[in-house]
Amino acid sequence: MSARESAGARDQRADGNRESERRDQGTGNRGSGVRHVVLRGGRVLDPSQNLDAVGDLVVADDKVAAFETAAGASYGDDYELIDCSGLVVAPGFIDVHCHLREPGREDVETIATGARAAAVGGFTAVCAMPNTQPVTDNQAAVGFVLRQGQAANAARVHPIGAISLGQEGKSLAEFGEMVGAGAVAVSDDGRPVASAHLMRTALEYARTFGIPVADHCEEPTLAAGGAMNEGIVSARLGLKGIPAEAEEIMVIRDILLARRTGGHVHLCHMSTKGSIELIRWGKERGIRVTAEACPHHLSLTEDAVDGYNTNAKMNPPLRTAEDVAAVRDGVRDGTIDLVATDHAPHHYDEKEREFADAPNGIVGLETALAVVNTWLVKAGIIDLATLIDRMSVSPAATFNLPGGSLRRGSVADVTVFDATREWTVDPAKFVSKGRNSPYAGYTLLGRVMCTIVGGRIVHRATG
Amino acid sequence: MAAKPTTVLDSRALARTLRRMADEIVELFDGVDNLIFVGIQRRGVQLSDRLADILDDREQVKVPRGSLDITLYRDDLQTVGPRPVVGPTKLPWDLNGKRVLIVDDVLHTGRTVRAALDELADFGRPSRIALAVLVDRGGRELPIHADIVGKRVDVAPTDRVDVLVSELDGSDSVVLVRREDAA
Amino acid sequence: MTTPLGKDLLALEPLTPEQIRLILDTAEPFKEISERAIKKVPALRGSTIVNLFFEASTRTRVSFEFAEKRLSADTVNVAASGSSVSKGETLVDTARNLEAMRIDMVVIRHSASGAAQFLAERIESNVINAGDGTHEHPTQGLLDLLTLRDRFGSLEGRRVCICGDVLHSRVARSNIWGLKKLGAVVGVCGPRSLLPNAIADLGVEVFDRIEAAIEWAEALNVLRLQLERMQAGYIPSLREYNRVFGVTRERLERAPRDLLILHPGPMNRGVEIDSDVADGPHSVILDQVTNGVAVRMAVLYLLAGGAPELADAAKGGSDR
Repeated sequence: MSARESAGARDQRADGNRESERRDQGTGNRGSGVRHVVLRGGRVLDPSQNLDAVGDLVVADDKVAAFETAAGASYGDDYELIDCSGLVVAPGFIDVHCHLREPGREDVETIATGARAAAVGGFTAVCAMPNTQPVTDNQAAVGFVLRQGQAANAARVHPIGAISLGQEGKSLAEFGEMVGAGAVAVSDDGRPVASAHLMRTALEYARTFGIPVADHCEEPTLAAGGAMNEGIVSARLGLKGIPAEAEEIMVIRDILLARRTGGHVHLCHMSTKGSIELIRWGKERGIRVTAEACPHHLSLTEDAVDGYNTNAKMNPPLRTAEDVAAVRDGVRDGTIDLVATDHAPHHYDEKEREFADAPNGIVGLETALAVVNTWLVKAGIIDLATLIDRMSVSPAATFNLPGGSLRRGSVADVTVFDATREWTVDPAKFVSKGRNSPYAGYTLLGRVMCTIVGGRIVHRATG
Repeated sequence: MAAKPTTVLDSRALARTLRRMADEIVELFDGVDNLIFVGIQRRGVQLSDRLADILDDREQVKVPRGSLDITLYRDDLQTVGPRPVVGPTKLPWDLNGKRVLIVDDVLHTGRTVRAALDELADFGRPSRIALAVLVDRGGRELPIHADIVGKRVDVAPTDRVDVLVSELDGSDSVVLVRREDAA
Repeated sequence: MTTPLGKDLLALEPLTPEQIRLILDTAEPFKEISERAIKKVPALRGSTIVNLFFEASTRTRVSFEFAEKRLSADTVNVAASGSSVSKGETLVDTARNLEAMRIDMVVIRHSASGAAQFLAERIESNVINAGDGTHEHPTQGLLDLLTLRDRFGSLEGRRVCICGDVLHSRVARSNIWGLKKLGAVVGVCGPRSLLPNAIADLGVEVFDRIEAAIEWAEALNVLRLQLERMQAGYIPSLREYNRVFGVTRERLERAPRDLLILHPGPMNRGVEIDSDVADGPHSVILDQVTNGVAVRMAVLYLLAGGAPELADAAKGGSDR
């Protein structure tokens, strides 16, 4: 990426962005940013329009203006030229499941640091889960998250509202008010919706607003006290296990309730072979079920916990090799609609504890592309077009969000990445405040080089 | 580099030496009343048994024999590296007022005997302790002396003096192994 | 400071059969010391050892204390409270404080699996696991092995059945690893709700009824059944447990051979084991206690090894 070009062009930025400010809801204060950008000579790969060709992607203001295949095309002085030769230019990645910890735990992440970490990871938009302190279960809280996201000036932040007040699983939160304030979905994630009656009601009520109900599938009595997958490793380590059935029982429950209610259920972080089979069953019958899988469930097994490694502890836990193979296959054939990170930062002190006492969760925004690329694309299970579909096109479609396409007139959310670049993961260098990653020291393939949100460059890789 | 062993005592000479030592023991203690033989692991035990057998025969009594493993009383445990294997200690008597003869194969620095004296003190207070060794090779680092000596040899600090007993090594002899290099 | 066992004794699973035999062989002479009038040898003189017990335990702590004192070490008992989450100091800070006091060895018992390893990774002192959660209790496993070896001579091919709540038992896990490494054939017996789901993958025979286990085994290691298991719904009642799984004299009388009976203690008389069995002629439960002190002395002795590079200097005749 040529710094010379960008340095010159940037100096010409005036405050011409104010106009686009008004038009762009959800992106807020643009501050200073280049108005026009040309991504030159990259491989533009956009599954939403079956496009896979080398050329220049032209961005004017905050929209995709054109795709130019003629070599050597020239552009005016008010265009910043970014050399993307050898790189992939894709619609911006969207993470529909991450935890930004604000309000309440600003010591481990803020919306600003999380949005910046997302940008580093190539995400132009994230959806923030509502298990904050206090829980984001009302319009004021949703508005707060939205505004903090806008102020961050990095990836877009779409709030998700709670299903139930306080996420206590007793009474519905005001879906309408929250959607009006900017919520794009509802979820009690962090916790399961234990009551089938509440889940049914939520699915029915959500239909009014056309939003998905995202469920963290965990049968609480089976999973209680569990610290890792129930199996041979938990037997050896003397840790209480969470059986696969704890997830699968809720998966089939939610699918059946979606059938009854006609609502849209979105199943979070699927991790077991049985879940994949059940989702296929549901989709075959035309039930409105969508599902996500996380990079760690596509790459690591329960063996990563050996030695009581708390950075391999999350919920749902890492499972067996058979489960990983099934989830990968689900991503391949579309049973799993999209990849989400479940980015869950925790303080070093909290993870530096006896295994059973350590909190669940790992960070994932900054390693997601590389993990999926290394374990799925490099391994030959999916191709890059499918990766981009699962990380951009499908999330946008599933949650009805702007982006997910580089068609002319689309909002200019673009991710530029080098699919051939190797790098070694060093959590100390993360932009996120969280350092709890199981990939520390791993050498992965695939690096985000540039992230553009609404035509503005929010991340540029150095080295 | 090759170590060449020299025989200092062959099996016949060794047997003769033991018989002479047995005589001296009887003389030193004026009989074998109230006397216990304590052999130091490992070869001291075999030698102690041989001496006690000779005396059993001569004096028509059964001299009590015990064995002592001094590993846990060594003064170099902190520096010796991986823990040496501990052998058995068999001293099923109260030693108060008894006469004790410590028997060992080779006396060199004296540290083994010092350890043995410490360990015996934990079993009681003998009225007399004497020391019998088959070979005294000099080189004392502590003020320890043997009352009864089979053979004195004069060797360099890097040489090794090994006592071989048929029960453990297949033959009886005392050999001197000279080291060609200093290490 | 490397010894044949490494820096710590955390578990039996990673040990080789040679290492286990070394510990048992080393324990033999230590038994004799406990028979002496003066039960003390100076081997660990000047060493400081902390018994860091987060779970109350009289018998294991006392056994370790005797082992330490008989080796002339200086010992301190710390009854620490709770986990890192509840009140009190975190395990990390406890570790750092111990390090700052230049403690030589720490014996730790904790309610969380992996706590001993957690501590061992963070301090230079030798760490001995006296029981971590439901993971392992290596010295208990070793003393069970020693007790069996004393009676059987060799454990090769011997059939030993562990009876009771294997799911929650660190003693069971240590026994399974230790027995298998010494060539024994291991069985487990208990209600399926108290056996790990993956138990067959651990390479053991599974018996659903105690009669079948008694028919098969040459020795039974009877585990204590805790009241909490009934309260948590794993079994309906202690009464039923005794009726279906209890090791009783009547059941043993129908056995084709005399079985050795072991129990890690403390016993729930009338629940997992009846008094006339516990006090009967085939019970080696008291031998286990005696062997416990010897085994712990052996472990402390072996771990406290000095610098190996000085070993050669100390060898070569200078010690005579």
